[in-house]
Amino acid sequence: MTQQTDDRYVDPEPWSEATDISAPERSDMDAPAWLLTWRKFRRHKLALISGIFLLTCYLILPIAGFIAPYTPNERSADYLYAPPQSVNLWHDGSFVGPYVYPITATADLENFRWTYTTDETTPMRLQFFCEGDDYNLFGLIPSDTHLFCAPEGATVFLWGSDRLGRDVFSRILYGAQLSLTVGLIGITVSFLLGITFGALAGYFGGKTDWIINRAIEILRSLPELPLWLALSAAVPSNWGPVAVFFIISIILGILDWPGLARAVRSKFLSLREEEFVKAAEMMGAKPSRVIRRHLLPNFMSHLIASATLSIPAMILGETALSFLGLGLRAPAVSWGVMLNDAQNLASIEIYWWTAIPMLPIIVVVLAFNFLGDGLRASLDPYKS
Amino acid sequence: MRTLLDIDGLTIGFGAGEPVVRDVSFTVGAGETVALVGESGSGKTLTCRSVLRILPEAAQLREGTISYAGKDGTVDLLSLSERKMRSIRGDRISMIFQEPMRSLSPLHRLGHQVAEVLRLHRSIGPTEAKRRVLEKFEKVGFVDPARAYASYPFEMSGGMRQRAMIAMAMIAQPEVMIADEPTTALDVTTQAQVLGLMRDLQAETGMAMILVTHDLGVVANMAQKVVVMNKGRVMERGTAEQVLGSPAHGYTEKLFAAAPKIPNVAEPPRISTNTGDDVILDLRDITKSFTMRAGGWRKPTVITACRDVNLKVLRGKTLAVVGESGSGKTTCARVALGAEKPDPGGEVLFHPSTDATPLPVHAMTNAQRLQFQRQAQMVFQDPYSSLSPRMRVMEALCEPMQIHQIGNPAERREKAAAMLEWVGLNPNMLQRYPHAFSGGQRQRLSIARALTLDPRLLICDEPTSALDVSVQDQILTLLEEIRDRADLSYLFISHDLAVVARIADEVAVMRAGVIVEQAPPAQLFHNPRHPYTKALIAAQPKPDISRPIDLALVARGAGSPTTWPEMFRFDGPDAPALRTLEPGHMVRCHA
Repeated sequence: MTQQTDDRYVDPEPWSEATDISAPERSDMDAPAWLLTWRKFRRHKLALISGIFLLTCYLILPIAGFIAPYTPNERSADYLYAPPQSVNLWHDGSFVGPYVYPITATADLENFRWTYTTDETTPMRLQFFCEGDDYNLFGLIPSDTHLFCAPEGATVFLWGSDRLGRDVFSRILYGAQLSLTVGLIGITVSFLLGITFGALAGYFGGKTDWIINRAIEILRSLPELPLWLALSAAVPSNWGPVAVFFIISIILGILDWPGLARAVRSKFLSLREEEFVKAAEMMGAKPSRVIRRHLLPNFMSHLIASATLSIPAMILGETALSFLGLGLRAPAVSWGVMLNDAQNLASIEIYWWTAIPMLPIIVVVLAFNFLGDGLRASLDPYKS
Repeated sequence: MRTLLDIDGLTIGFGAGEPVVRDVSFTVGAGETVALVGESGSGKTLTCRSVLRILPEAAQLREGTISYAGKDGTVDLLSLSERKMRSIRGDRISMIFQEPMRSLSPLHRLGHQVAEVLRLHRSIGPTEAKRRVLEKFEKVGFVDPARAYASYPFEMSGGMRQRAMIAMAMIAQPEVMIADEPTTALDVTTQAQVLGLMRDLQAETGMAMILVTHDLGVVANMAQKVVVMNKGRVMERGTAEQVLGSPAHGYTEKLFAAAPKIPNVAEPPRISTNTGDDVILDLRDITKSFTMRAGGWRKPTVITACRDVNLKVLRGKTLAVVGESGSGKTTCARVALGAEKPDPGGEVLFHPSTDATPLPVHAMTNAQRLQFQRQAQMVFQDPYSSLSPRMRVMEALCEPMQIHQIGNPAERREKAAAMLEWVGLNPNMLQRYPHAFSGGQRQRLSIARALTLDPRLLICDEPTSALDVSVQDQILTLLEEIRDRADLSYLFISHDLAVVARIADEVAVMRAGVIVEQAPPAQLFHNPRHPYTKALIAAQPKPDISRPIDLALVARGAGSPTTWPEMFRFDGPDAPALRTLEPGHMVRCHA
């Protein structure tokens, strides 16, 4: 032990006991929860990009009519099943500006299909802020100005035209108006039901909990697709497209709530054990106050994340129903309705662009999943 | 003595930030115990984990070397390949973790988990491995090694699991064992026994040990060398005699001053006019049993959490209930607050003021309940979960007044600011969020919140057990100040006799659901009569190397009530009555 005496060490730096006991230890945490969540969320690049993309999508919805060169049901009888056209800038080495080549259709009476020939000698410049068919901006303001449209004598079918000669690109933009909002309405319904039943089950426990849980299990055990089919088949066929749309989204919501209710219930159970909830109860707070002031704010963020993750299911549900012809029906336009036209394998083989509406569905569903994942990862800003 | 481990200039940081461990150096000789002492955030755990390179993923080893002079020559542990590192972990250098409840896999039998170490590092058959494991199990104190071998971790208590962990860490006969707060999660009597076991085993095998702890008492009992750390830096290093005997650094001195001690000399009791008739909370014949449903096939089992508890909290005084986990102290507190209903026959009476009619806590009208909730408040154990993260400090402090509709917003804000000053904090904290603050600060906030309703009685459920010793000291001082300033009465629940020694006017020691001894601290600590109380006092590690834990005394009282000396022995419900041996001193014993 004697040799250890030279191992004696005392830190030479001055040390003082005085500390300011009011100084925040972690001033980076001194911010409302949403700010902390945002700081964390910012680091998830994929989720951030997805969020911005989705935000842009939803912002475009009310002005879809302005961006689309055609209106959804505007027919060009001379251009049935026209293939996608490209927009170019240079012609023969000189700058022309955005232009298209005119196309002409000829009936191929041997194969019974339309063939299109492109006249590559005359570039025709696109027109901007031009007059076209009437539409309503924000669903209210009548307008006929379009961002761009085809010049006289030409067409601009960016993603081709369909069986009736309608522009697929324009129809996708209009279809987004229904396909993207069906998720939002559905999720609102499912949110209300889910929070109510989940909170009842989680807070009161006992019999209430038992009954709600069994109801959830029964709902979950029903095969989804046939149930959707049955419910949508019950929608009177003489209802207008808008009424059908609302009913469809509500049906989707009614079938989706059990998952959310379970999430709410389990979150409730774990939060109830937190000491700040017990403290509020000991202070004499009534159950309604405890739920409103202590429980809800603390799991709202979790709910938003799980809602984001269930919107894609709604969008896919609408698409599936409409694809099968049981959801929205023409003249309403949604991505599912458009895909309904692409049911025929032969037509996809020849006119592959009729299946293009699958693209926005894939992209939007992926974006929602990335966004939801990023949100979920940044929800607990108090743990680093 | 041969130097086994040489940690030199170790610096660890996270991300781009300042290093959290800075220039830490010390050596570990063969067969020697080095204690790393420090409070939370001092970097002691990171330092010891870097020896085995089991750091969190984000941690960067920025500088320094750890050279290990094992049997096969000297290697630098920080630059060794992952493959070679694996052959060192568990074999040459092993580790014991803090949480015995979480560090064993619940799906595997204890014996198999321990034998796995041998399977990984030795080429021996299963029979031989089992033989060695059983041998080790016997060494670490399992009465029936074969049964322990075949049992799952959840069948064992925390102390037994920690013994199994020790067996696992020692089975390969390592040269160095790293123990990261090995006894912090254990009850104090179990801690004493586990520490004794570790010391014996170490003496027997001659391995070196790095012991990470926050408790100077544990250091005094175990270590030959001490490294005191604070904020990632070494404050002081030397032999145990040097550091504990004559601390040279201010921080070490501060740690010493803050360490709770059981007093050597009886302190004069606080002068008070309360002669014993002015009771604020009266627990009468409280028995609380829980019925465990074991499914429809078997008979439900009844568990009695506490039995025949009679306690009186005197106005302006502190009654402390002390016991280890499972002793029934928390159930008592919950019954006292009305959160649990006692079995028929017991009642709890609350006397709002000296002459007022008592309120029966479990049979109150709504108006009476509101009155009770205003006058009896609670301080919780975990400062990190007792304040809602979504509420500003002001909202949290004003909430009780909102619930009871006291004052207008301006008056509430004023009261909240006043309460912040009472607990020693600056009122400009009102606009901040609780998550910006440390555990001690948040415990102050939670005390301030309890005070906003001007309560008469405060129930403190282990208010300091989640805090560092120096902070614990401050909070206890604060609680004493507030008690005198606002003439509060406390019901103080704790597992730590030393904490209670300081603040209580009357101490009740609980074990197995009954009060075994009750007396003022002066009598209890200087003339303990019950073997369990004696064991508790003896098991408390003292930061003084000349007073090691008396393990024989601990062993005599720490077992189950059936193993106590004849005078105190009982089995199940037929406990003897509490007898008054001298005025104010009651012991549960046969006549």
